Amino acid sequence: MSDSAFAIVFFAIIGGALRVSTPFMFVALGECLTEKSGRVNLGLEGTLVLGAMTAYAVSYHSGYPWLGVFAAGLSGAVLGGMHGYICKLPKVNDIAVGIAMMLFGTGIAFFFGKAYIQPSAPRLESFSLGAWTGNAQITTALQINPLLLVGIVVALLMAWAFANTKWGLIVRMAGDSAPAATAMGVSVDLVRFLSTMAGGFLAGVGGAFLSLFYPGSWNQGLSSGQGLMAVALVIFARWAPVRCIIAALLFGAAGAIGPALQSVGITQGYYFFNAAPYILTLGIMIASAGSKKAMRDVPGELSITK
Amino acid sequence: MGGFLNLNRRHFLQGTAAAALAGTTGIRLAQAADVTIGIVYVGPRDDYGWNQAHAVAAKALKSVSGVKVVEEENVPETDACSKTMESMINLDGAKIVLGTSFGYYAPFMVDMAKKYSAVQLRHAAPLWTEKDPKNLGSYFGYLNQAHYVDGVAAGLSTKSNKLGFVAAKPISSVLSNINSFLLGAKSTNPNATVQVIFTGDWSLPVREAEATNALVDAGCDVITCHVDGPKVVIETAEKRGAKTCGHNASQAPLAPKGFITGAEYKWITIYKGYADALAAGKALPNMVSGGYEADMVANSPFGAGCTPEAKKAAEAAIAGLKAKKPIYTAGLKDNKGKVVMDKTYDNLDPYLDQMNYLLEGVVGSIT
Repeated sequence: MSDSAFAIVFFAIIGGALRVSTPFMFVALGECLTEKSGRVNLGLEGTLVLGAMTAYAVSYHSGYPWLGVFAAGLSGAVLGGMHGYICKLPKVNDIAVGIAMMLFGTGIAFFFGKAYIQPSAPRLESFSLGAWTGNAQITTALQINPLLLVGIVVALLMAWAFANTKWGLIVRMAGDSAPAATAMGVSVDLVRFLSTMAGGFLAGVGGAFLSLFYPGSWNQGLSSGQGLMAVALVIFARWAPVRCIIAALLFGAAGAIGPALQSVGITQGYYFFNAAPYILTLGIMIASAGSKKAMRDVPGELSITK
Repeated sequence: MGGFLNLNRRHFLQGTAAAALAGTTGIRLAQAADVTIGIVYVGPRDDYGWNQAHAVAAKALKSVSGVKVVEEENVPETDACSKTMESMINLDGAKIVLGTSFGYYAPFMVDMAKKYSAVQLRHAAPLWTEKDPKNLGSYFGYLNQAHYVDGVAAGLSTKSNKLGFVAAKPISSVLSNINSFLLGAKSTNPNATVQVIFTGDWSLPVREAEATNALVDAGCDVITCHVDGPKVVIETAEKRGAKTCGHNASQAPLAPKGFITGAEYKWITIYKGYADALAAGKALPNMVSGGYEADMVANSPFGAGCTPEAKKAAEAAIAGLKAKKPIYTAGLKDNKGKVVMDKTYDNLDPYLDQMNYLLEGVVGSIT
């Protein structure tokens, strides 16, 4: 590989990490919050798709993309609230409800989204961290959407809140031991309801990024499973918000490898390179799983571990 | 999910309409001279791609007098398509049913043809053989000819001599589009090369955007594609300041600055042929296929990215294709150096349907 080809691939990977990772980041953070409170919400794929559709539609009608982002968050919060409420009922399995919510979310998004496949809505603006270099390649690679920064700030806030605030402690307690939380006079159901709702809000915002920035249009195949992958990333990140960010960035970077290598003429085995994100995730999972430390991070109330 | 809901609606209609059928017979007789054509789509009709190309033809067909068109979109390639077709036949009285997605054919349309021998079924891929029912058939267009014209215009529009192609899967029809695009470009610009990125599937918007960015980063200044919905590729390229050539339907509105032209199917030629044949009481052909010479493919109106010079060359190329000028000439090599065209092939030669190589000048690999 020549120097220039290496530079192209290198900047494509950096650019890919910055472009592709944001939806993963928001969904993973949302799921992280929900799982910390002791529930699994598999429905975030549906939330992501509904968020993407809502954001696009609201941006199209209002002309304000940021209003679209907010509306996407609200639509996600509604779906999250539904999940949280239904799971509160006796003998309801949160995983089954999550799958139902996933189908429900994509279903209504497709239903209402039909009218928005053709029109063009105002998109979110971005700025470049590399403009000072004057190099077109670096400038494009370092295009950053403000939502990425919002995601990072949310992750840092969450990490801080889990460790240092009463609210954080209550969420963790509801997730680790419901009897203990109940004994403390905390309504476990309420905590989980609010956490799922907030998690849904974040996932909806992630969807807004898909339709309003990158790839930046609404169509039915937009998500193609990204929401599900992000839920898996939470396990990979072992329920730590900051690690969710790192996992999302890694996943985005690995996803750029396939197209970037083909663009510089390394074309053999593109199926393998396209699978790079999954291979990477699996590899790190195997390397990190099984240790006592990994097990310690699992919220004790999760129905998958109970 | 869309198909899911429609399915239930269809079942409901089947139940209620059975009771009402006696009352409607009179109306059906009054319409006896009319032809009802049912069209089934796998995706949304307005996807800027494959489905839209068929829907545009369906819309044109509606304006033909004596023709009634019934459509259903988002029908998955499962027995859902059988149910849709059955209700089109039984409830809407469709005499011709067109299945536009590859996976509808076997076993669904084959079974449907056996069950309803009085109805004509046609499928948009070259799958029909002599062994299949006679009221079933195939139709398709040689879109590679329109991609050739794209290439002719692209060759004169590039400054870097590097053209980018985002492709879904390395199957023969995709490879033929890439190769024809290259040959078109080389005909006007011998230094042109085509860089291919395979995404691995028909609809992966994020990876299509990544691929487009990667091609622009690598210096390609004209981008085209063969994926189900070209919207993301065209919009991303436009945002990056690259010129674009379209695929399947017209994407001109998506790229007001850089759109050159695009390869489009002209299904209306085939669909109208079916309607006319049925109205005249003639048998429908089992196999219909062709390119420019049969008016079955077309190029999108030239956009702002097309120079007058490129437009002139493209129009000349179209005239050549209408006169059956061959695209694949003797002595062409694949990009590994092997001669793959031992002679000049006619544009519709079956040999070209077996294409499993990329020609010299294409940077890319099918494995």
